[in-house]
Amino acid sequence: MAEFLQFTFSGLTVGAIYALVALGFTLIYNASDVINFAQGEFVMLGGMVTVFAAAAGIPLPLAALLAIAVAVTVGMLLHRLAIEPARGATAVTLIIITIGASILLRGLAATFFDKNFHSLPPLIRSEPWMVGGAALLPQSVVVLIGTAVIVAALWSFLTRTMTGKAMLATASNRLAARLVGINTSAIVGLSFMVSAAIGAIGGILAAPITLTNYDVGTLLALKAFAAAMLGGMGNPLGAVAGGLLLGLLEAFGAGYLSSQYKDAIAFIVILFVLFVRPQGLFGKIGVERV
Amino acid sequence: MTVLRIENLGISFGGVNALAGVGFTVRRGDIFAVIGPNGAGKTTLFNVVSGIYTPKTGRILLGDKDVTGLPPHQLARLGLSRTFQNLQIFFRMSAVENVMVGRHLHENRNVLAHFFTLPSVLRQNKTTREKSEDLLALVGLRDYADRSAGALPYGALKRLEIARALATEPHVLLLDEPAAGCNPVETEEIDVVIQKIAASGVTVVLVEHDMRLVMKISSRIHVLDQGHTLAEGDASEIRNNPAVIAAYLGAQGVTEVRRARG
Amino acid sequence: MIVVAIALVVLLLPLILPSSFYYRVLALVFINALAVVGLNLLMGFAGQVSLGHAGFFGIGAYSVALGPTYLGIPSWAALIGGTMLSALIAFVVGRPILKLKGYYLAVATLGMGLLISMVFTNEAGVTGGPNGMPVPRLQLFGWRVFGSQTWYWISGISLIIGAWVAVNLIASPTGRAFRAIHDSETAARVLGIDVARYKLLAFVLSAIYAAVAGSYFSLFDGFVTPNTASFLLSIEFVVMAVLGGLGSILGSVVGAAILVMLPQVLTVFHDYEHIVLGLILIVFLIFLPSGIVPAIATRFGRRTT
Repeated sequence: MAEFLQFTFSGLTVGAIYALVALGFTLIYNASDVINFAQGEFVMLGGMVTVFAAAAGIPLPLAALLAIAVAVTVGMLLHRLAIEPARGATAVTLIIITIGASILLRGLAATFFDKNFHSLPPLIRSEPWMVGGAALLPQSVVVLIGTAVIVAALWSFLTRTMTGKAMLATASNRLAARLVGINTSAIVGLSFMVSAAIGAIGGILAAPITLTNYDVGTLLALKAFAAAMLGGMGNPLGAVAGGLLLGLLEAFGAGYLSSQYKDAIAFIVILFVLFVRPQGLFGKIGVERV
Repeated sequence: MTVLRIENLGISFGGVNALAGVGFTVRRGDIFAVIGPNGAGKTTLFNVVSGIYTPKTGRILLGDKDVTGLPPHQLARLGLSRTFQNLQIFFRMSAVENVMVGRHLHENRNVLAHFFTLPSVLRQNKTTREKSEDLLALVGLRDYADRSAGALPYGALKRLEIARALATEPHVLLLDEPAAGCNPVETEEIDVVIQKIAASGVTVVLVEHDMRLVMKISSRIHVLDQGHTLAEGDASEIRNNPAVIAAYLGAQGVTEVRRARG
Repeated sequence: MIVVAIALVVLLLPLILPSSFYYRVLALVFINALAVVGLNLLMGFAGQVSLGHAGFFGIGAYSVALGPTYLGIPSWAALIGGTMLSALIAFVVGRPILKLKGYYLAVATLGMGLLISMVFTNEAGVTGGPNGMPVPRLQLFGWRVFGSQTWYWISGISLIIGAWVAVNLIASPTGRAFRAIHDSETAARVLGIDVARYKLLAFVLSAIYAAVAGSYFSLFDGFVTPNTASFLLSIEFVVMAVLGGLGSILGSVVGAAILVMLPQVLTVFHDYEHIVLGLILIVFLIFLPSGIVPAIATRFGRRTT
């Protein structure tokens, strides 16, 4: 039982990070049909910029804000300089452009920061709580609460504000959105910035537990992508559920089956889902129109 | 002789019946038209008959063989081909290459021979191309053979689809709105092409909105409305069928027509 | 035409190559190009994305290491065995995977490639894990095959043959079926093309090209690491194909040449290598989305395959 709880805790913590990155994927995908493979780099930027800003003497909260600002700027530039000029390109081309951006950002991080692993001090005391014989890190709770707050904030932004509604409208039908006067290009840009902010916050929250380095984004992005598909591509709540589920599957798989193949679990799951239910757990089937 | 028989065909999308209880029989050499107002289920009917959708109820017989639920490529093998209302052109290929793809079933498909371009493959490519050029000539596109299909005007693409479908040497050819979006001259040309095809012994089933064309060339007309069969008959029977007129013009329209005719 | 051009390059280049370093780089170009020509059949002609082709490359690469080391079979037999294994895996995995489209197919192939590379990394007892393992030299008729010049010729001639087969295929009914599927699966189906079968054929063929290239690579290098199956390499293959021009066999060779030679040139920038690589990818794809060779061909008003 203690073991089971332990795996649940660690699974949910990692899953929350997957959920945030998957949510970022979904936002951009909905607004623009682009799958942003540089999504993991936002997480990396969140962690790394905070670490180095803090090391330079900036107080931690300010360092974190700075990191978010950097990530948002990068998100905006990515849209403005790489996605916008390639409008109308094929899916493969767009995939490669974002992969190019991901390689570029990793290269920049390795050059301007370094290639070492770094950690951040946890937000509250670091001694774990013992729950039913399992250790629960306070920072895990912070990650989970942080994720819940972000999801709630995003939800009210999308449903309560005019800009949020414009974003939903753009997601459901870009042409119609443009016809009713929505600046869809600005909305797509905004979706890049919002998902960059979400990714960066995830990176900052996770850094005390999972450590961060210039290369942390690659595998994270791929797994979060798997999570987004698990939940059903384009469905924000599906992305969150998919992320948490994937985190749990990974934790239990690593605990009970094979820790060596922990990273493989995400992809076995995703292959299985794609074969059995390609629309994901919460997606709808489309009808081929000819 | 019956070449195509539809019995009690039904299909629904998300709880809405797109087709229900539709049935008809097409005889050899017919030019069989399916008409109906927008949303009547004409294109859905074609999608079911050509194997793109699987029906929920009913049977489709090609000749005397039950082909319900067979995938399109097997139906093609049994002699059924079609064109599309929303063009499905191979845009990266030239016009003649589009038609050459249609010869697929009549070519030797041994991949090993293709690896090494054996002389037989070269000979076959030559025959395929000649046959395809003949078909382009039939639809009046001989001069466009080596143009990129992506650069052809709309009316030409409609005819290109017909040539490509004919390349499979079908017994039954389904034409989905062959004259849609065409100007009167182009419609006239398509009219001639369809009659030529029928004269060559291919049974034609067409969905079409251009009533002048339908009334002029069809031997039988089947009317659909909201997924149901409304009427069937020859041109004059359909023209005078009150239910058909009501479906097209609304009940008010029927009264007006009656008034107009005195 | 294209094949003759490639053959002339392979035959004439040695006249101007100053040192064995250049033979080495060009052998690497030819080996990569071989894999990319295969990938191009799949992506450029049949229109199906694969972000996991390094998996097949890796299987080829490890087969010539594992076969001779553990089973005592000669390298050439291991190469054939590895190629057949790749084809078999492609055949088995391809059936369900190729029903997917677009991003879904991209993710599925990506997952497949990652799983293959994880096996090589994790089975350290057999493969040496992340550190890799040595590859016994190829022996043919008692002749030990090694050295940059020798491999220049082996890979160059293999590339000529591979490109020739690809060009032949494209001009055949099989190639027309591939290209038809790329533009409209529905229309292809209605014309009698067994779409699932042809997609699978393209997938298996491209896996064979990748596996042979992978075997060459590790035999040439004398050492194999999980990098031969890595996600980054899969991406590099796709980039080579797209950069040179999808649907252009010559483009595959040009794309491979650029991406293999770039790091050699970029050593000047050493630390900035990734930055420059990333920038080049973005800039090229924005300004030349159809690829280098097709862009030049359009410029001169000619079609190429």
